[in-house]
Amino acid sequence: MSEALRIIQDPTLTYKQELLALARLGESTDDSLRYSDAYYEAKRRGALCDLNEGVMPYRPRYICPDYELLFRKGCEFLQLEPPKDLLEAVNVLEIFYCHVPSITSFPVYLGDLDRLLEPFVVREDRAFAKKVLGLFLRNIDRVQTDSFVHADIGPEDSVTGRLLLELTEEMQLAVPNLTLRYDPEKTSDDFALACVRCMLKTAKPSFANHRMFVKEWGERYAIASCYNGLSIAGGGFTLPRLRLYECSLDAKSPEDFLERELPRHIDLQLEYMDKRVKFIVEESSFFKTNFLVTEGFVKLENFTGMFGVVGLAECCNRLLGIEDKKKGFGMNDRATALGLQIMDAIDVRVAAHEAPYCDAYGHRYRLHAQVGIDTDGMDDSPGTRIPIGVEPTMLEQLEVNEKFHPYFPTGTGDIFKFEETYLKTPEAILPIIKGSLANGLRYFSGYLENNDVVRVTGYLVKKSEIEKLRAKKQSLNNVTVFGMGAQDGGHALDRRVQHHEESAG
Amino acid sequence: MPSTGGFSIMKRAPVNRIIPFSNVDGPGNRTSVFFQGCPFNCLFCHNPETIHLCRDCGICVSQCPAGALSLDNEGHVAWDRTRCVGCDSCIRSCPHDASPKVRWMTVEEVMREIRRSAPYIDGVTTSGGECTLQNEFLIDLFTEVRKLGKTCLIDSNGSFDFAADPRVLEVSEGVMLDVKAVEREWSDCLVSFPNAIVLKNLEYLLSVGKLHEVRTVIFPGRDRENEATVRYVAQQIGGACLYKIIRYRPYGVRERYQKLLGEYETEADYAERWAELARSLGAAQAFVV
Repeated sequence: MSEALRIIQDPTLTYKQELLALARLGESTDDSLRYSDAYYEAKRRGALCDLNEGVMPYRPRYICPDYELLFRKGCEFLQLEPPKDLLEAVNVLEIFYCHVPSITSFPVYLGDLDRLLEPFVVREDRAFAKKVLGLFLRNIDRVQTDSFVHADIGPEDSVTGRLLLELTEEMQLAVPNLTLRYDPEKTSDDFALACVRCMLKTAKPSFANHRMFVKEWGERYAIASCYNGLSIAGGGFTLPRLRLYECSLDAKSPEDFLERELPRHIDLQLEYMDKRVKFIVEESSFFKTNFLVTEGFVKLENFTGMFGVVGLAECCNRLLGIEDKKKGFGMNDRATALGLQIMDAIDVRVAAHEAPYCDAYGHRYRLHAQVGIDTDGMDDSPGTRIPIGVEPTMLEQLEVNEKFHPYFPTGTGDIFKFEETYLKTPEAILPIIKGSLANGLRYFSGYLENNDVVRVTGYLVKKSEIEKLRAKKQSLNNVTVFGMGAQDGGHALDRRVQHHEESAG
Repeated sequence: MPSTGGFSIMKRAPVNRIIPFSNVDGPGNRTSVFFQGCPFNCLFCHNPETIHLCRDCGICVSQCPAGALSLDNEGHVAWDRTRCVGCDSCIRSCPHDASPKVRWMTVEEVMREIRRSAPYIDGVTTSGGECTLQNEFLIDLFTEVRKLGKTCLIDSNGSFDFAADPRVLEVSEGVMLDVKAVEREWSDCLVSFPNAIVLKNLEYLLSVGKLHEVRTVIFPGRDRENEATVRYVAQQIGGACLYKIIRYRPYGVRERYQKLLGEYETEADYAERWAELARSLGAAQAFVV
């Protein structure tokens, strides 16, 4: 059976999902963008992975438009005037979102919604504003049907922020993903606690280390897709990843890996990125004619390439001959120390590479701890995470994370699953978040055991939607199928639960 | 009941375990330090292995499937943490309501663990067993914890005479007090300890503003006993502090006592009835947990 026939006969695909699958197939019919033989060889071994970005890129992977500019100047191409009230503002955004491309063809960044909408919201009656925002969220969930669609709020408290939290809790939707930019100076405990409560009930928002991101990107940064730090009015060209476990298979020792195998694979991934970035900028039409570029909603100089890694835990365990994961990376100081050595080596080599374009970052790519994909199975844990099923206590897990998160300006994060009693004690979670962010954690996600909306590796799915797919029915959300794969292959929903501890008295 | 006073002077205390993050031992996120040894013998105790100190009888050694227990040269039961798989076979086989998994720790050793969790917590709660058996140790421990800017709470059964020696209160935020039984006979039966001191503490802690919360366990079908306790506590504390009404649960309770107290947990509705009574008597912060 041809691949095209398989796609159009698949009962679990919606019409739009078929269309996107066929577009990917069409893209693969051209092979004018070529890489070295060594690259293809490494890719065949599974040591390099292009995340199925497609062989002929016709847009950057992630695009973070400047929505403030849209509200200030309107958009000529879409014939949109600057909005004058809340209804117009929401309408302008809904239209604009449909024209923001990405690797998934859905907008991965919806804007800092509270900051954008607050001037309009405060002029309206609260109940009316809530009604409008509720319809806005419904539109996003049903039209932008992909869990990598992401909106940001904070760091300051706002009426809009509160309304979005209330609605998120009431509506229990997987889309959009949501992040609170948390800054201990700017985010009140009261607002942060409201976010914790919402997170327990809906698996969002996550907490981003605002100070850390501002230091790396300036004030105008976005959290997009899963947890990706990028520049507003910019984005990410491409995101391939080193599968570190597979990279380590030919290494005879940790030293051999650090001296030979690791640099070799880093260089091959850089080759892929350079060629791809040049192709997107020079060959495809996006940066020449797309209205986002010509009207200044994004600027070429604000884009960078995202250098991804996965499977650091398994890589370290293999290099040290550790077979029992329970005694490996995360629980074992030697393995963690080797992990840091490997990350230092990657950091230094990538920073030494002169990348094409990426002007705003001194022509440099930035590191990304990729969250894994549904087909990774148990060989490569997401980014630098401790493997699921062997997580130590939450304290130890945080301590390990804090060492690794600073390496990844374009994103990393970890997820903590809480048991039911935490619903009554959200104030017991906030100090954990505050402490870990102050100690170097970049991004904290949590959810409650037994919720329908759950965080898989970085994105959200509904468990009830996964069940639909299992029953060979269609799921509106493109990402549900990844959630099913990650659950089956990577046991992604079986992570350790933070239990309340029975007192002994 | 083995004496622990001598060890307190040496500033070592028997620690059953330290939980870095707990959301049920006082407000916010807290590190909980559980000490071994308790002067009460509550029929409904969920952790009877914390009541007594190990007598080195060695019965548990042969029960350990991981080889984590041994008798050392001096005849003491030794526990190897690194080998322990946490199956609790030792605890089940112990005829003395004790545990071989107790560490005699110095204040500095306990502080080392607390410092590690300090960035993520609001404070420290000491519990047990009965932590006030380690009064001198607690005073030193809390003095150190406060240097980190963290709060200190004492989880106590009320057997320690705080009025006679209030020093530990001066270095802590207060006490979370169990008032398990008010009727004299019921108390003698339920906890095997005279309750006059508990009631005296209730009054005293309230008068000096160091009563953080009171807890009472509600037993199924024990209308008279439950009412006497709830009524007394509610009238004493009024709205001054939290009053947690806890449902009796048979999990972990020694089998012979389950038969006496009930093999089923207290119904939520039944517990709620007593919380309502407490509130109607002025204990505005009474609720079922």
